[in-house]
Amino acid sequence: MTGETGTEAMKGAGPAQLEVRGVTKAFPGCLANDDISFRIEPGEIHALLGENGAGKSTLVKIIYGVLQADEGELIWEGKPVTIHSPHDAREMGIGLVFQHFSLFETMTVLENIALAMNDVRDMDALRKQVEEVEKTYGLPLDPDRHVYTLSVGERQRIEIVRCLLQNPKLLILDEPTSVLTPQEVEKLFETLRRLADEGCAILYISHKLHEVKALCQKATVLRGGKVVGGCDPREETAKSMAEMMIGQKLTAPDRGEARKFGDVRLAVSDLSLASDEQFGTDLKGINLEVRGGEIMGVAGVAGNGQNELFRALAGETEQEAAPDSIKIDGKSVAHFGPRRRRRLGATFVPEERNGHGAVPDMSLSENGFLTAFRRMALSAKGLIREVPTKSFADNIIKTFDVRTTGSGAEAGSLSGGNLQKFIVGREILQDPGVLVISQPTWGVDAGAASAIHQALLDLAAKGTAVLVISQDLDEIFAICDSVVVMAEGKMSKPRPMADVSIEEIGLLMGGLHDLEGNATPANDMEVEGGRVGQA
Amino acid sequence: MVRLEPRRQHSQAMVYLSPVLAILMTLVVGGIIFAFLGKNPFDALYTFFILPINNSYGISELLVKATPLVIIAVGLAMGFRANVWNIGAEGQLTMGAIFGGGLALYFHDSESILLMPAMFVLGALGGAFWGAIPALLRTRFNANEILTSLMLTYVATLFLSFLVHGPWRNPEGFNFPESRPFPDAGLLPIIYDGTRVHLGTAVAVFVVIAGWLLLSKSVIGFQLRVVGKAPQAARHVGFRQKRMVWFTLLLGGALAGLAGLFEVAGPIGQLQPSISPGYGFTAIIVAFLGRLHPVGILFGGLIMALTYLGGELAQITLGLPNAVTGLFQGILLFFLLACDVLTKYRIRFGSIAAKGRTA
Repeated sequence: MTGETGTEAMKGAGPAQLEVRGVTKAFPGCLANDDISFRIEPGEIHALLGENGAGKSTLVKIIYGVLQADEGELIWEGKPVTIHSPHDAREMGIGLVFQHFSLFETMTVLENIALAMNDVRDMDALRKQVEEVEKTYGLPLDPDRHVYTLSVGERQRIEIVRCLLQNPKLLILDEPTSVLTPQEVEKLFETLRRLADEGCAILYISHKLHEVKALCQKATVLRGGKVVGGCDPREETAKSMAEMMIGQKLTAPDRGEARKFGDVRLAVSDLSLASDEQFGTDLKGINLEVRGGEIMGVAGVAGNGQNELFRALAGETEQEAAPDSIKIDGKSVAHFGPRRRRRLGATFVPEERNGHGAVPDMSLSENGFLTAFRRMALSAKGLIREVPTKSFADNIIKTFDVRTTGSGAEAGSLSGGNLQKFIVGREILQDPGVLVISQPTWGVDAGAASAIHQALLDLAAKGTAVLVISQDLDEIFAICDSVVVMAEGKMSKPRPMADVSIEEIGLLMGGLHDLEGNATPANDMEVEGGRVGQA
Repeated sequence: MVRLEPRRQHSQAMVYLSPVLAILMTLVVGGIIFAFLGKNPFDALYTFFILPINNSYGISELLVKATPLVIIAVGLAMGFRANVWNIGAEGQLTMGAIFGGGLALYFHDSESILLMPAMFVLGALGGAFWGAIPALLRTRFNANEILTSLMLTYVATLFLSFLVHGPWRNPEGFNFPESRPFPDAGLLPIIYDGTRVHLGTAVAVFVVIAGWLLLSKSVIGFQLRVVGKAPQAARHVGFRQKRMVWFTLLLGGALAGLAGLFEVAGPIGQLQPSISPGYGFTAIIVAFLGRLHPVGILFGGLIMALTYLGGELAQITLGLPNAVTGLFQGILLFFLLACDVLTKYRIRFGSIAAKGRTA
């Protein structure tokens, strides 16, 4: 009874669109997929659940022909098939929407679509096809717009249109909503439901359980490369599915008693800064104040200036911000580099772990040294003090339960969640006065995520001002005391978490900046400039 | 269609084995080339690689040749670690020889024991000066240091040529394009009698140890490695890349300049149009052969020094052209790079269709 989890009811209703039978794939030192079996019926929206490293991506790659299974077989419409390449997969009618888009910024929508097609003879015919697909599935897109002018949601639409043009019978979506506003998510779901009604099977990969619950009729749960169960998400709670995924009870973060906030420790006033990047977002008049003991969330769709804000706060930008626009504990730091800001007690955790927050091919000891050598006195007379450096790393590993072979292990050898725990731990153990953390649990498994959330709450309880930049609204609602929303490089006025709804935040993420009671129409935004200042 | 696919894990052992493998393959290919040249490959390889060092004099000559290679390569490795590609060590070597050697010529009747230390300082300064130019161009104008440092090499060698043909030509030298011989006080002491092994060899050992300490144990060495491996992480913690460009080009230049001074104040004893058989370029191979690690560079330097000796001997006893040396160095570098690529990537043969359409 390993296979066909929970699909008994559907049996006999004709051949499955796709049946995976006993698929096994081993990589050196790791069994990524271990005897995985499940089936997807035509018109079914099927969720593939699992933590990072559970084997979801490997399985998708096998189905899409990027990898070949060591054992087991794929049955497509009742016939065993071998899928040699993504080209084969597309020919058969399998479409894949990637988590990260492969689009050329400087080309138009239509050109990007043409590039992905197997062969394009006639651009005009393609344009007609594209317009037809857009109309049928409610995916508005101007074929002649350049990609760099599009929002992330619109970019994702290009990817979806690309797939739909091939008339797929199975559409695979890998974490499609991580870059969308709640409203855009709802639009995407409508499209997917319409597709499913027409008989297209959908394999939906996500760790956002309430979405799975809202969208999917069936779920297969992977853990450690194995199928550990199947369920009907509509009959489960998000909590019960999460526990199935991680294989243990889930505890909600303990927020402690209502916290008292101290003095302002991080103050940003009227910060405007042009982006270093060609298609980046300029910061426009950012204002915010985080008090000791407060966790403030910065919500927003990716690419609306959050990265630029992080870099400006961490002191990574080439350009200097205006004097006095950034203050740490009352001291102006706008002209300081990262090292002097850290010396004042600020620490930072960037979104990207490998290569930004940590050096992948250096040991954990060295990675601990990387940001902490000044504050933790790990160097003396220009030399690295080996013993304290190692014990600092050991301390992080122990305190934050980092699963690794030891402080000598290369950072790149750790799983995403463990490396994130190490990086967060490294900054927290420096006992910071201000912590700015970007996407704290991005791509991190549920167990590690809840540990990180708890650590941030504990840190704030000790009087640290914490600024959490996150695209994950659940996360912001779970740990933050107040929230601001970024859209197009501007920032909304801070709101206490208690009296703001997820819909309001969603609207702010879409760029509506004046939900302060006065009914300013959306298109006045340019005039208003989003400068909802504060005292 | 052939393509390279990154290996998920690359074996640490292979990182150190690949130079060994590269050397073995160089020997095999070298043997084949000798066979095509009508020589018995085993005899030829013996002449090239064993004969030069089967006596104590040969070994001392090996040390003489390895000295500049090791000193330069340690400096270059610092830069390569930080992604600063100084290809112009040959020019920095030449400028070091001009600066330090110029001092010896100016005080050509001096007997002061201070002359030698002063020459050291000027030699290093000359090389550092020549390294500072690409550093300035890179940090100020973002000019590629590979090109600027390489082009400056030709400026330096032509400048030396100008000096020994003109203003610095030996007035008693029968119009040969050579400077005066350096005074005794301007010649490096021999540290092993009956050979040409000079003080510079001891300095080279010191440079290896100091380089190892700098790279592995010091904060600045740590910064170098971070800047090279993860520039974004370096920016995140405020290790400034520009500072590393300056540091590595000045250090690399100074060490190359010192090596150049050692050549003219050691085995050569005067300035002449050609003072190096391309040590500055060969040191690039040495640096990579030694895995950019000072201790590895010590071995790499000895191996590359052997190709110089072997080339000379092959010229004398086998009547082969001196180009054989360059040939062997080139083959070795080729195999080394190939082994490194294959350590990190595997080759996949896929159909063109499959590849071309993986958007």
